[in-house]
Amino acid sequence: MKQITATGQTVEEAVESALAQLQTTKDRTEIQIVDEGKKGFFGIFGSRPAIVKVTVKIDPFEEAINYLKKISHELGAPAEIELKQEGKQVQFILTGDKIALLIGKRGQTLNSLQYLTQLVMNRYSNQFYTVLLDAEDYRKRRNDTLVQLAERLAQKALRTGQEVALEPMPSYERKVIHTALVKNRKVKTYSDGSDPHRHIVITPAGK
Amino acid sequence: MKELIETIVKPLVDFPEDVQVNVEEESQRITYKLSVHKSDMGKVIGKQGRVAKAIRTVVYAAGSSQQKKIFLEIVE
Repeated sequence: MKQITATGQTVEEAVESALAQLQTTKDRTEIQIVDEGKKGFFGIFGSRPAIVKVTVKIDPFEEAINYLKKISHELGAPAEIELKQEGKQVQFILTGDKIALLIGKRGQTLNSLQYLTQLVMNRYSNQFYTVLLDAEDYRKRRNDTLVQLAERLAQKALRTGQEVALEPMPSYERKVIHTALVKNRKVKTYSDGSDPHRHIVITPAGK
Repeated sequence: MKELIETIVKPLVDFPEDVQVNVEEESQRITYKLSVHKSDMGKVIGKQGRVAKAIRTVVYAAGSSQQKKIFLEIVE
């Protein structure tokens, strides 16, 4: 965290000098007055300068957006980022020309970026945020695919009377499948293995 | 590519000035050796290598457009 101590003849002057050095504005800093200073006699005898400590507040949202922008730029797929916040969940929506590069195969690049962004963001915030990255409606499309996959594999489990194991998926993708099959009384689902190999197993009910 | 790795890693660690990437180029492969401050090792590896895995995924995505195979190693 950026922090400097500045002095001046009055508190205001000290603050101004600090802001000038940090190249920022008052609303983005936290100001702590160390010494209010003293005018002294004719401004000469017994005068003490005012001392203030100014800390730059880091906005976790801004930090996260910058992080994503820089990475997407370096990847050669510059993206615009839109932010949506709902309580503890923060959603970043990426738009750009080469978005496919940022999504990757089965969204693995997007998931990795999501995890890294969450780490960066929570480094600077007091409250824990969950980060969700989305691009070109990828999450919704993926959800639809997962629901279809879940239903197809549930059929398979019933037809063969055997357990069907799915490939490893991140937690929220597993949740989509669990939820999709909750209503289906004929099959049960559970997760097996530990991250990052945790995967879903669909098994015929009553077995 | 070197810049990309630095861009990804620096905001994650406590000592960004100690982040170093060395490149070793061979005929078929390029290996990027990432080193960070000792106390930051855990931050770039993560629980069961989750962070390391995420960094690699992003770096490899960038390398897919290149001819040579690329690798990212985290060294002490």
